[in-house]
Amino acid sequence: MPDPQPDPRPDPRPDPRPDPGPDHPTDPGTDPAAPVVEATGISKRYGATVALHQARITVRPGESHALVGRNGAGKSTLVSILTGLQRPDSGSLQFHGAPAPAVGDTDAWRARVACVYQHSTILPDLSVTENLFLNRQSPTALRAIRWKELRRRAAELLTEYGVDIDSSRRARELTVEQRQFVEIARALSFGARFIVLDEPTAKLDARGIDRLFGKLRELQQRGVAFLFISHHLAEVFELCTTVTVYRDARHILTTQVAGLSPDALVEAMTGEQAAPAATAPAASAAARTAAGGPAAGGTGRGAELLRVTGLGVPGAFHDITLSLHAGEVLGLAGGAASGNVRLGETLAGLHRARSGTVEVAGRPVRGGDVPAALAAGIGLVPEDRRAQGLVLQRSVAENATLTVSDQLGPYGTVLPSRTRAFAQRMVKDLDIKTPRSDTPVSALSGGNQQKVVVARALATDPQVLVAIRPTNGVDVKSKEFLLARIGRVADRGRAALVVSDELDDLRGCDRVVAMFHGEVVAEFGPDWTDEQLVAAMEGMTVADRNGRPTENRNERENDDVQQQ
Amino acid sequence: MSSSSDLAPQAEATAAALSAPAADPGSARDGFSFARYRELSLIPVLLVMCVIGFIVSPAFLTSANLLGVAQQATELSLLVLAEALILISGRMDLSLESTIGVAPVIAVWLVLPEHGGRFQGLGLLPGWTAIPLCLLVGALIGAFNGFLILKLRLNGFIVTLGGLTMLRGLQIAVSRGQSIVELPSSFTYLGRSSWLGAPASIWICALLFLVGGLAMAWLRHGRALYAIGGNTEAARTAGIRVDRAVWTVLVIGGVLAAFAGILYTGHYGSISADQGSGWIFQVFAATVIGGVSLNGGRGTLFGALTGVLTLQLVVNVMTLAGVPPLWNQFLNGAIIILALIISRFAAGEQQE
Repeated sequence: MPDPQPDPRPDPRPDPRPDPGPDHPTDPGTDPAAPVVEATGISKRYGATVALHQARITVRPGESHALVGRNGAGKSTLVSILTGLQRPDSGSLQFHGAPAPAVGDTDAWRARVACVYQHSTILPDLSVTENLFLNRQSPTALRAIRWKELRRRAAELLTEYGVDIDSSRRARELTVEQRQFVEIARALSFGARFIVLDEPTAKLDARGIDRLFGKLRELQQRGVAFLFISHHLAEVFELCTTVTVYRDARHILTTQVAGLSPDALVEAMTGEQAAPAATAPAASAAARTAAGGPAAGGTGRGAELLRVTGLGVPGAFHDITLSLHAGEVLGLAGGAASGNVRLGETLAGLHRARSGTVEVAGRPVRGGDVPAALAAGIGLVPEDRRAQGLVLQRSVAENATLTVSDQLGPYGTVLPSRTRAFAQRMVKDLDIKTPRSDTPVSALSGGNQQKVVVARALATDPQVLVAIRPTNGVDVKSKEFLLARIGRVADRGRAALVVSDELDDLRGCDRVVAMFHGEVVAEFGPDWTDEQLVAAMEGMTVADRNGRPTENRNERENDDVQQQ
Repeated sequence: MSSSSDLAPQAEATAAALSAPAADPGSARDGFSFARYRELSLIPVLLVMCVIGFIVSPAFLTSANLLGVAQQATELSLLVLAEALILISGRMDLSLESTIGVAPVIAVWLVLPEHGGRFQGLGLLPGWTAIPLCLLVGALIGAFNGFLILKLRLNGFIVTLGGLTMLRGLQIAVSRGQSIVELPSSFTYLGRSSWLGAPASIWICALLFLVGGLAMAWLRHGRALYAIGGNTEAARTAGIRVDRAVWTVLVIGGVLAAFAGILYTGHYGSISADQGSGWIFQVFAATVIGGVSLNGGRGTLFGALTGVLTLQLVVNVMTLAGVPPLWNQFLNGAIIILALIISRFAAGEQQE
């Protein structure tokens, strides 16, 4: 270990050394054995909202520490305090036993803590090299950039962190996880030995996640500590050694992951018994199956509501044939490139199919036409709520009624009283936590925003609800609620199609169809195992068109946190 | 803010009708929210202008003066109405300032006789068709912009910047750079006559703003424009026919600009070669200080109207105060910046 520097001066480090390495941590602090970060008694208020109250967290060198909590628990606020973007109202923050630098001293913060945000901060049109050395391409402002030298250093940096990317490529050409690697390498090149990862897996498919985790473990071996934030508890169990739980702006628990039961973790997050969370959707599927006649394999319970014949979109999927009956929830499983999302969007009219037909209740639906799909009775919960689902600056009421503005008054008028009544019904139905129905959607938490998107889809009372990743980025409780609500669509004699790569989303389905590279590769009844479905989504099985009943249903009790 | 005492009640009713539902279609009952009154943030400015005007000159608070200000504001306010609709839908149209000139010129060119006047037209159509022709030309310009922006997917800013220059050039070519003074009487009627003691153009403008404001607040197609401007993709997935709506708005914008050209022509009795030239800066300034977001999805027509009135009143008060007209341009710019600062703090939000 290096000489503990008695000098706590903020080190701007204009010339980034690619690798401080595990044996040469260039910690700017004083005590190499001290926690990389120790925050105690942190409080932060925004107006009337308490974002953090007497919160604390301690991350030790080389530790992989998970921070979990429901939406609004204070995780994001803590991240912005830990990375020097916000100043806490009270409390102490120390890095390596030395007090945190002043807010605004960017270089000093960067030397202590690195952060990889959920939203990429890579500039897609610049080369990897320039992304790595953004705003420090040359030592001083008036010195010309020596590109050759810079490219060499970029290559060194990438090699150092084992990232196999040609640094002259444009960032746009990289895959999502490659961009994250570049971000991580850049973040570490400032000398920090501690990285905050804010939902890094949200945009990755299963293989991307594997590669990311592999990289993180590698870095951890070299003494880098992590604070890992995720809604996927399975990832916490897979990657982390310590977990801290926040709830309602407070610190609830910090404990070793080993020996912690998944139920206990969910309980700490929600403050309630966890068991129903995982089993409710499955139970409702079972209930529907029991009530509705022919069980697993599930063909022909109610009338056929949706028939898809030979549907194909070039480059996405081809020759898809599906059938969905009243009272049924069908899962459409598949990874990032499987085409399942495109298929869902095509059903809702967002893309025009090259071949094939879609029929709702026996009547053909014109393709590539959202209003036609809506009129035919297909509702859509789009994949990305910020990009496709919400008009963020407009109110909850307006967003929730966007699909039904023709029903809010005579002669094309929109009457405020009816809008309000409609919106309040949706707010109640979906338990949307909002101060008022005219609050802008941007002011709501992620889970509640997602509920508004679902409200918008349900507002038309669709025959067939197409829900694409309906629980993307929402907390455990909201997830459970939304899945149960989608199940209720089917209970009322309609049908739902859940398009997702999340096993939790698919658990409540009566049938699950797995797609791989644009084709249906397997179909399961309600009794699939995680291994079977994941294998199918990864294209590792041959088509198995008959549902495979399995014995280990009880294992699902813990599915929320089990390894996928 | 109205222009005369006899217009005041009507304008107030307009204000109420335009602002209340537009700001708040969702809920009116659960408490006070300051942001809801964002588009009223220029009202205090207007009141202050009136007080200053009252102090500096006894001529200010006379109906003749106020009516004059209002009439001068009408042509600009129609362009602002058009631009506000287009900006709310998340687009831009710079070519409006050329449409106000070229549409009347083409209409008049088609109807004026080949011989006799200083300006030689084609004499293809009877004189009464001048107004419909002018509006048609405006609609065609809007439709053409829509074609380039929505079908060919060109950048709207650059396309309409090109349109601005091209249409101005077309006007100069057709009119040979001259002002056109011999005009069909039907064409100048609206701009020069008075109804019920006030210029007809004031009534027409007030009516158009009222209709527009009501449509934006109470019609689903109006609400759809907010959704489109706020998030085009989200509007599309909600089943709104985005391209059709935007195209319609661009056509309406062109028609309104052409109509502004009719009023302007009637007001001054001729079509000048530089009619509307340079107005687009004023149009954007008035729209933006009136609270319409350049990024789309936000703002009201009433707010935009207060923006126009503010700009016009400033000039009027300065003139009455004896400030040399050479300072007008400077003061206009200064008031735009000042108004932006005020509305920034009144609304408590950032303007991008």
